[in-house]
Amino acid sequence: MTEESAPKGFSPKRVPSYDEVLNCIRCGLCLSVCPTYREAGTETNSPRGRVALIRAAAEGKLELSHNFVDHMYRCLNCMACAEVCPSGVQAHEIVLDARVEIANKLPQPAAKKWIFEGLVPNPNRMEAAVWPLRLYQRTGLRWLAERTGVLGMLPHHLGEVAKMPPTASMTPLRRKLPEVTPAQGERKYRVGFFLGCAQSLLFAENSAGTVRVLARNGAEVVTPKDTACCGMPAMAYGDLDTAMKLARHNIDLFEKAGVDAVITDCATCGEFGKHYKELLKHDPEYAELAAAYSDRVKDISQFLAEIPLDDRLNEIKVKVTYHDPCHLARGQGITAQPRDLLKMIPGVEFVEMKEPNWCCGGAGTYMLTHYEGSMNILDRKMANAANTEADIIASGCPVCQMQLGYGVRRAKLRMKVTHPVALLDQAYRPR
Amino acid sequence: MLNPEIARQLSQIVGERYVLTSPEDLICYGYDASSLQKLAGIVVLPRTPQEISEILKLANRERVPVVPRGAATGLSGGSLPDVSSIALSVTRMNQIKEIDLMNLVAVVEPGVVTADLQAEVEGKGLFYPPDPASLKQSTLGGNVAEGAGGPRCLKYGTTKDYVLGLEVVLPTGEIMRIGGKLMKDVTGYNLTQLFVGSEGTLGIITEIILRLVPKPPSKRTAMAVFPRLDDATQTVANILGAGLLPSTIEIMDTTTIWVVEQYLHMGLPVEAGAILIIEVDGHEEALGPELARIGQLCEEGGASEVKVATNMEESESLWTARRAVSGALGRLAPAKQGEDISVPRSAIPEMVRRINDISKRYNITIPVFGHAGDGNLHPNLLFDMRDPEMMERVHKATAEIFEAAVDLGGTLSGEHGIGLLKQPFMARRLSPLVLELMRRVKATFDPNGILNPGKMLYPE
Amino acid sequence: MLEQSILVELERIVGKENLLCTKEDLVCYGFDATPRLGRWPDAVVRPGNTRDVSAIIQLANGDGFKVIPRGAGTNLSGGTVPIQGGVVMQMNRMNRIQEIDTENLTAWVEPGVVTSDLHAAVEAIGLFYPPDPGSMTVSTMGGNVAENAGGLRGLKYGVTRDYVIGLEVVLPTGEVMNTGGKTIKNVTGYDLTKLMVGSEGTLGVITRILVKLIPKPEAKKTMLVFYRTLNDAAETVSSIIAHRIIPPTLEFLDNVTINCVEQYIHANLPLEMEAMLLIEVDGPPSVVESDAAKVMQVCREHNAAEIQVSATPEDSLRLSLGRRSALPACARLKPTMVLEDATVPRSQVAPMVRQIQEIAKKHDVLIATFGHAGDGNLHPTILCDERDHEQMERVDLAVDEIFKAALALGGTLSGEHGIGLSKAAFMTMEMKDAGMKATVAIKRALDPNNVLNPGKMYLDDYRAPGAGN
Repeated sequence: MTEESAPKGFSPKRVPSYDEVLNCIRCGLCLSVCPTYREAGTETNSPRGRVALIRAAAEGKLELSHNFVDHMYRCLNCMACAEVCPSGVQAHEIVLDARVEIANKLPQPAAKKWIFEGLVPNPNRMEAAVWPLRLYQRTGLRWLAERTGVLGMLPHHLGEVAKMPPTASMTPLRRKLPEVTPAQGERKYRVGFFLGCAQSLLFAENSAGTVRVLARNGAEVVTPKDTACCGMPAMAYGDLDTAMKLARHNIDLFEKAGVDAVITDCATCGEFGKHYKELLKHDPEYAELAAAYSDRVKDISQFLAEIPLDDRLNEIKVKVTYHDPCHLARGQGITAQPRDLLKMIPGVEFVEMKEPNWCCGGAGTYMLTHYEGSMNILDRKMANAANTEADIIASGCPVCQMQLGYGVRRAKLRMKVTHPVALLDQAYRPR
Repeated sequence: MLNPEIARQLSQIVGERYVLTSPEDLICYGYDASSLQKLAGIVVLPRTPQEISEILKLANRERVPVVPRGAATGLSGGSLPDVSSIALSVTRMNQIKEIDLMNLVAVVEPGVVTADLQAEVEGKGLFYPPDPASLKQSTLGGNVAEGAGGPRCLKYGTTKDYVLGLEVVLPTGEIMRIGGKLMKDVTGYNLTQLFVGSEGTLGIITEIILRLVPKPPSKRTAMAVFPRLDDATQTVANILGAGLLPSTIEIMDTTTIWVVEQYLHMGLPVEAGAILIIEVDGHEEALGPELARIGQLCEEGGASEVKVATNMEESESLWTARRAVSGALGRLAPAKQGEDISVPRSAIPEMVRRINDISKRYNITIPVFGHAGDGNLHPNLLFDMRDPEMMERVHKATAEIFEAAVDLGGTLSGEHGIGLLKQPFMARRLSPLVLELMRRVKATFDPNGILNPGKMLYPE
Repeated sequence: MLEQSILVELERIVGKENLLCTKEDLVCYGFDATPRLGRWPDAVVRPGNTRDVSAIIQLANGDGFKVIPRGAGTNLSGGTVPIQGGVVMQMNRMNRIQEIDTENLTAWVEPGVVTSDLHAAVEAIGLFYPPDPGSMTVSTMGGNVAENAGGLRGLKYGVTRDYVIGLEVVLPTGEVMNTGGKTIKNVTGYDLTKLMVGSEGTLGVITRILVKLIPKPEAKKTMLVFYRTLNDAAETVSSIIAHRIIPPTLEFLDNVTINCVEQYIHANLPLEMEAMLLIEVDGPPSVVESDAAKVMQVCREHNAAEIQVSATPEDSLRLSLGRRSALPACARLKPTMVLEDATVPRSQVAPMVRQIQEIAKKHDVLIATFGHAGDGNLHPTILCDERDHEQMERVDLAVDEIFKAALALGGTLSGEHGIGLSKAAFMTMEMKDAGMKATVAIKRALDPNNVLNPGKMYLDDYRAPGAGN
């Protein structure tokens, strides 16, 4: 798209293609599946509405006002709309494009710049940032704060948010895992493991389990220490440049590692990793490498489904239900594999919940920025989960796990939240 | 008799032959099948919509009311003229214009007798279901004007569900066509169904486009005797709740059974609380199991006797008692007033109880029978009109019956229309707002108030 | 623009969070699913109950602003577009199924109930609400009633109007009116209930709906049939009816549509076929078997090139997919889709399709025709690009000719989508003066201040010949 042909309100750098916006025939089918529309009931909070706003802005009828920006950030990016759209409109993509435009056109808060350019891409700094949280949680401060109601004195929203993070492990996984984990027995594959950020910082034990399961099944696992954030958080905030920078960094890293596959146990890292080829397709230097990289990215459940698995599993007598992370089910088309893994474990009684692929409301930082909306969406999910009377909700995304974990406490349910592969790991380990 | 100038102008429109002025004519065109008798001012029998248009224009000019009528078999006085009005009979417009086998529609003139159309289409394997009891003599124009029903309504719906289009001459004389041979049509307001049931107050119908359905290949009947009325009505609910849809479910209460037995002496169980007569139609192979299931539900519901016909002849004989009701009523008392209240199905037992109570308190025999399947009951008050004291009681009883129906969530009329007889009770059923709206609709079509005035709604 | 005092009053009635006035909100409520139409309202309100609705409309009468009712905004004729500005009244906060009466087989619903939610609720207890408009997973009952929505099952089961037996309506002057009731038969007074159905939000705002339900059919079979010639398909349709079978679904796709659908679902559809029929029969299992056998025989007698028949419910869904994908498939081909629903008597379906094909050639526009062959309700769908003004001029000419052709064949402008804005100009062609006068007179009688959804259905524009209005 050239400067001249770009619609008035947007610059051509990364513009929602006007063609794409026009493809929306406004039939309204997306309204039937959009969680924000189902909760708010207003047209402005629907995919059709957001596309219409973008179109109006593109035609110069709307400015990028504070309200406009706010609406662009109400989208969960859960992709349910794209799934049902008869015209093939990817409303969530168009919204992301709009966020990029907003980031380019409007002055950004300094903190945001610091977070996405300074903090997130730097694993050392990320670990340092989590340290106070670890301290707070481990030294009993958290227990104290919650029990004495100190948290209740904070604005409700922040007080609640403080309760959300799971107990972070003291030693960052990055430091614990060796650069190369040897295969147990015969080495059949050489794979890379993508550390990511949220999963490895907050659910380190899960990821350690992922590596163990891989090793047990004949994979030599290479875990490059310098793995940076996959870039999705930056992208979600419209910082395209940082996202591309991170992509290039990670591509280089795993290119050097020389692996058959790049495995991740985070749905978002997986989805965005597979998206790198789209992201960098206009980059003459990286286009081919990105394509090769994206083709090698696999979610752990996807990889395990493709290889013969060690079936010496101990019994775990437990009732399990499953929540489809948006980035796994819709973003990567992976729905059967995690369920198969769970059903493989002896003793597991698998029960499907109603609307398993309805977004949990986590959506990255949505629960921080849109607490009430996030909770309304979460409540729907928790009601469905509660009806299964399961002991465990399994889900392969750290944000979902965090959100569901919070939901369990909020609804006072006796359920645990875990990653499917963590359960498999548990079944592999001796009693 | 209206002034001779009117007669002269009418003669110019339809021809002298079709303007009737003799006293005998004025009497004969002054009644319907209700108990009322009026005198017409003059009678005219047009043949075309254009003639009717001219007549209405004349009526507007001279401010003379016009009262349309078909075969005048109405039960509510809706077609009764008076000495100041023109009785306009459409009976000369009696052609079946078309039976369209491709589109399954019939196009008819308003004076076609319902049974004649039914015979014509059944000969072609088609079916026009609405079967008012008067079908052998009533006209389709009248059926449409009243929104006529009949026993088959339970399964097939009423006249309103079959009218796809109309040609209507409006009170101001304009000829309007609405609807068409179309199953689906949302162009403009739903004027077609506004006219159905408008009792000749919004326009005179000159052509009707009716929907037809395939004729059910076969039908069969069952009869069940219940010691207790409540069991019978509960069984009706059970049958419908079981997902079965008979074409009719008729009920006769104990008074009705007694009345018919007086007349027919056929050994009817006079101590029974009620008799149900149920008919199913459709594919032969489906009927047996359906009827067996119905028979079973009746037994489970408390029936003391269940007869299931195994063929058409047996079915016919099971209907005898029900068909004899009208005649029996006529024999038993000098006069009868048949009401036509409609209640939600779930309220039938209570409604019958209240009618029985009213009957006792006013010492009037009121047999109740009717279409139990759709909640449309016919309590018939039997009396001698020469007894003024009795008439007083009849009027009070009637009023209480209407009140009971409305109280139970029902309505004054399921099929017969409001006409004159139920006019006083409209305010009990309809709110002042609704009545006001209806008056506005009437005024919209008939600014000078010349078409069938004084019927259905009180003038303001 | 609305005066501040009016906004204050509206806020007092519905509450701050239910009055939307930011520019972003106005953008989103200025359109519905009709292409090329849109205009920003002055404000949006979301009433929570009948009292709110009545208060707002009374205010509108007093202060002279317009009110445009809206459900989910999936209307296809511009019926919910606030063409004269005013306040859009979104009804979807009133979304409860209030009662399902299993004894009388009725249900009371609020206007914001999504149609497929009603389906699910009644089907769970063995009952059935047949009207199934294509938008049913998102459109609301209030909208269905206002437009008299149809659907695939219309042929056998009828349309929304056939199921509405009672309403609570707020009149254009603000009074709350109740019509109809749970009685199956009711001839007391004029049928105001049926007058309201299909009145497109111009005679009242619907605040409660009483629908009748029927028992759910026990079994169903689906057939997909392909024909080399249009005539054979059309004759099959008539023949099935002539055999006295009324299938609940009898759908048609033309060659253009078949090609669009194949591009989308890749089901190896035979692309040279001129026509495809989707036929469903339902009822008790024995009847379904015999009806299906008869239908297939009829198809063969009329040179069906290929017949696929379902053996299981999953099969049924798979076969129906071809028809239900018609809309999405066409939508993906071009940016703009002008979806018409000119309807003709069943006997005229083949001639109408042929005329549409000729019109398409004549004006060099791409038209895919599919729809409900069984009841004559076709959807000629023009695939174009609204940015190409020259092309759109040809599209407008084509649409004009399609309407004229339908009317000439004894048809009507709209079978299900309503008149709204997009067909308003053609109203007099079909209704003629007598009909238009009656229509306008009724509107004026109920809405003297022209508050409710003005500018639609040609009501404001019609001028009777002769004496001035």
